[in-house]
Amino acid sequence: MIKQWFKSGNPWIWLTASAVSVSLILVFGLLLLIAARGLGHFWPATVVEFDYKNADQSTVRLIGEIQDEETVSAQRLRDAGLNIESDAEVTRYLIKTGNRDVDGQDFRWILKPGIEAQRTPKTLMTVERREWGNLYGYLGAVQENQQTVAEGKDAWKALQQRLARTTTLFTQIRQLEKGAIGSINYKLERLRLRERGLELDGNTNPAPQQAIKDERAALNAEYQGLQKQLSDLYTAIKRDQMLVTVSDGQTVTTPLAKVVHAYRPNAMSLLDKLGFYAAKLWEFVSDEPREANTEGGIFPAIFGTVMMVIIMSIMVVPFGVVAAVYLREYARQGPLTRLIRIAVNNLAGVPSIVYGVFGLGFFVYFLGGNLDQLFFPEALPAPTFGTPGLMWASLTLALLTVPVVIVATEEGLSRIPKSVREGSLALGATKAETLWRTVLPMASPAIMTGLILAIARAAGEVAPLMLVGVVKLAPALPLDGNMPFLHLDRKFMHLGFHIYDVGFQSPNVEAARPLVYATALLLVLVIVVLNLAAIAIRNRLREKYHALEQ
Amino acid sequence: MTATTTRSTPTHAFDIGHMTKGRVIPRVEDETPCIEVKDLNLFYGEKQALHSINMVIPKQRVTAYIGPSGCGKSTLLRCINRMNDLVDGVRIEGEILLDEQDIYAKSVNVADLRRRVGMVFQKPNPFPKTIFENVAYGLRLQGVKDRRTLDEVVENALKSAALWDEVKDRMHDSAFGLSGGQQQRLVIARAIAIEPEVLLLDEPASALDPISTLKIEELIYELKDKYTIVIVTHNMQQAARVSDYTAFMYMGDLIEFGDTNTLFTNPHKKQTEDYITGRYG
Repeated sequence: MIKQWFKSGNPWIWLTASAVSVSLILVFGLLLLIAARGLGHFWPATVVEFDYKNADQSTVRLIGEIQDEETVSAQRLRDAGLNIESDAEVTRYLIKTGNRDVDGQDFRWILKPGIEAQRTPKTLMTVERREWGNLYGYLGAVQENQQTVAEGKDAWKALQQRLARTTTLFTQIRQLEKGAIGSINYKLERLRLRERGLELDGNTNPAPQQAIKDERAALNAEYQGLQKQLSDLYTAIKRDQMLVTVSDGQTVTTPLAKVVHAYRPNAMSLLDKLGFYAAKLWEFVSDEPREANTEGGIFPAIFGTVMMVIIMSIMVVPFGVVAAVYLREYARQGPLTRLIRIAVNNLAGVPSIVYGVFGLGFFVYFLGGNLDQLFFPEALPAPTFGTPGLMWASLTLALLTVPVVIVATEEGLSRIPKSVREGSLALGATKAETLWRTVLPMASPAIMTGLILAIARAAGEVAPLMLVGVVKLAPALPLDGNMPFLHLDRKFMHLGFHIYDVGFQSPNVEAARPLVYATALLLVLVIVVLNLAAIAIRNRLREKYHALEQ
Repeated sequence: MTATTTRSTPTHAFDIGHMTKGRVIPRVEDETPCIEVKDLNLFYGEKQALHSINMVIPKQRVTAYIGPSGCGKSTLLRCINRMNDLVDGVRIEGEILLDEQDIYAKSVNVADLRRRVGMVFQKPNPFPKTIFENVAYGLRLQGVKDRRTLDEVVENALKSAALWDEVKDRMHDSAFGLSGGQQQRLVIARAIAIEPEVLLLDEPASALDPISTLKIEELIYELKDKYTIVIVTHNMQQAARVSDYTAFMYMGDLIEFGDTNTLFTNPHKKQTEDYITGRYG
């Protein structure tokens, strides 16, 4: 019976099918875990007020969000010096108490037996601040120029209005600083470099010197005007502040300029929460990071990742295709080409950090250093290209992925039927014309396949980037409104490195952990989107040149 | 296919080309020569594939090569536009004169030669482009950009290839949407769009159904007023129907060459007779 079953081949089908299911479960499980851990972070959590009896029998009031729950054996707690009566297991909660500026810590473990009372008052408020993390407490009063303008029930409404005003002011300040003033600073720096350039050339002609001087004077005048505007804005934003009563009864004064959001999660309806959640999610993908990357958004990292992958693609495709065309079409097939092919294939297996080291040594120090000597002597000793940056990172990754493109392109070229090439040659086309007009277009889906593989590999790569251009916080995006718009010499942020930085290098690892998951999810999403874009292009090309399937 | 039907048929049972009927075919020697093959030897590595071939292909006539598989007829055809240059390890001795110029001379530009000597292959090989762009390919190679010229030439070529009426409403659709027979006529249109002097057809109908084959044969008949046509075919009836002159090849040798009527009805050589009566091949 069993023997029959084995002979029928059914066990083989079951085995193969289960292998597929296990893979699917693993993939979806991974995504689900990341998504659940990451996306939960943005939900406005209920704030709970506890009356908690400490180990020394004193009772304290604690306010915070329940972050985690676990059961530990009583013995372990006793070993840790706690006085526990029950002898089996004890549940304990991790409470995010916030108020780091008040009591110096964000988190606290509390034991379930110690909780005497637990309330969720609707007036409890969560305040997200630009510094020091969250603040939990009751709103006491809102003040303008140190004078109380609203108290008690009116205070919440007044706070909302005044917060809206400060947020607008804050945006104006940011725009002014990053936009107009940033642009002036950039121009002043260019002027300085031009002046230094003239000096190095030994050019003593007064006309250009004077031009620079005039331009600088004009820029400085403009800057003075903006500076005045800016200081007015700063005065305006500092006007309001609020008084918050925190868990231990202290009243904390918080300037509204430092507040990002203030909300009462316990009073919010489900709809309110959903709206808040969407806003937070949007802030996460569109905003800049705050507080050593542990708060705010990750837009610069997304932008940097996408930018780097695109520049890498632009570099890797022509290079890989040209190499493959030579190897397949022009080079005489023999031991040498076979050797080169083996070498190319092996290149794909070299650990990526090795490429990073090569990129640092060759691209950054050698190429970049020489470029600086030749073209940017006026900026020296400050390096322009002689330092890690976007261009070198893209180039290093292009080098890392070029074998994939070469192999895929060669495969594609070898699949073009001889008859089509002969058809073109018979019409009086030279070999180059045949390649350019017929063979390469027909091989383009294969080239795109190579690019898809290259993107998949490059977008997830972090190790080499740490050596050749990625930083934890880049002051400016590599693309902006200042000439020449695309700044290949700038350092940039990258999602992969951001995960590492937030998860392991930040001052508050515990608080940042959900962000690690959220960022990881986003990295996966970015790679999926980049790949889907490439696949869509490939499928269109395939449809256009579907001769191969005939 | 032909071999089975002709195996037991006597020589005179051939339909000696309803199209050539009633025409006076002069002797090969009296025609204006277009291509002269002189003492041509071809080697694939060590193996000799053609043994000192000598023949004169007359201008604006249809010349057919027949012979069993592997006898070298396609190889000889591909020598005329130097397609064999693409094969590794080929060595060619002797000369081929096109309008009294040796095409294997050092000074000859191969691309120019192929522009003058067009070729159609066994399997239709349209490019993965629109019908229009397929026919315009040769012109674009020559740098013709003017839209009106292109339109005109493409239309004329398609009309000459008897395809215009079938495709005029879908010029900008993919050429792959055409049937096999239409594709082959498209390829012929593509070849004649650049107005070559000579048209080489390498078994142009062997991958087609009988009706498409008939159309191609009619087309060949139409085209011979303007072009010198050399056709390789497995199908002896086809050779008899479309050609003015026929060359019989065997094992790399040119056995017999003469006007089609004579070759099929009254061959001089025993080998030719054996082949066309189906005794071997």
